[in-house]
Amino acid sequence: MSRQLASRTLAGVGVLGAGVLLLLALADLPRLGDVPHPYAARAVPAALSRDTANVVSSVNFDLRAFDTLGEEFVLFAAAVSALLLLRRFRDEEEREGEASFGPRDVWSAVNLVGFALLAPTMMVGLYVVAHGAVSPGGGFQGGAVLATGLHLAYLAGDYRVLRRIRPVAVFDVAEAVGAAGFVLVGVSALFVGEPFLTNWLPTGTLADLASAGTVELFNVAVGMEVASALVLLLAKFLDQALVVRGGGDDG
Amino acid sequence: MMGELLDVLPYAVAAWVLLVGCYGIATSRSFIHVVVCLSLVQSSTYLLLLMIGWSHDATAPVFADVSTHARVVDPVVQALTLTDIVVGGAVTALLLALTIQLAKRQGSIDPDRLRSLEEELEE
Repeated sequence: MSRQLASRTLAGVGVLGAGVLLLLALADLPRLGDVPHPYAARAVPAALSRDTANVVSSVNFDLRAFDTLGEEFVLFAAAVSALLLLRRFRDEEEREGEASFGPRDVWSAVNLVGFALLAPTMMVGLYVVAHGAVSPGGGFQGGAVLATGLHLAYLAGDYRVLRRIRPVAVFDVAEAVGAAGFVLVGVSALFVGEPFLTNWLPTGTLADLASAGTVELFNVAVGMEVASALVLLLAKFLDQALVVRGGGDDG
Repeated sequence: MMGELLDVLPYAVAAWVLLVGCYGIATSRSFIHVVVCLSLVQSSTYLLLLMIGWSHDATAPVFADVSTHARVVDPVVQALTLTDIVVGGAVTALLLALTIQLAKRQGSIDPDRLRSLEEELEE
């Protein structure tokens, strides 16, 4: 107990000191709303010149698409390493048959709302991915909505329902296709004599669904990658939860 | 006076979130709690980035239904915030996976009860 008290006191003193330093630093920051935005002043005309209504998407998938490529592979690498860490070991596989996949202990109101929201949530996810260049959202956000929406099936039904609508092998492939798709769309620019990741497709009309050229394609690739990575991760975490629970039953 | 306070307050909120997260990490009794606190520390950077991008009388940087001459907030910091969130999510997943491994190997997720590899081998 005294050890805990000591660590709290030490942390409290450290945090207080850091807080005082931060407050002193804050006093020298520019006033809120008066910050000069040289990059915004250039990014907005650049996005409009390529008929991308959502400037954030344009920054991510056109102006600094190369950074987003790296970001996508950070996500890919993190997902793969988490999957590696979460794989079942031999002694755990033996207990697999004993893990119980019974109906979840939830209120019937949760069941009802979960089933009612499943289809609309998936639609919203697809909408957010597809309209990434036109309205707020994009591949990252839409992918997260899609992956979490799918898990309403687990909340509303049980693990078996989720397993049926979520074939892990399919999402394995989809994750790789999404990651590779981003690179391939970038490489496609080379075939028309432009540098890697150039937005070479016709850009259409501002605020149309089919506008912004390759930004749309990048959004779809990223949406696929993010949704599959999240689904795979959650699948492994759920697997582990069942292993841990199944192991607890033994002892 | 009030105006000046409101100018500093948003930055102070970011600093507050950062410090609360740091305090949580330092005094934590569970690695899951540490991971949540780390996410909290990271969300202070989202706040700071978005506040730097904010400007008076500006709307969202999406020109679907506003004039192309409208004043908008900085889209570049918003894109950076998106990157920040994605990386944060990936790191959180990885850390939680490590926590599960720890729970399985050592039977505890209390940072104070961690054993070194040597101790584990001696058993």
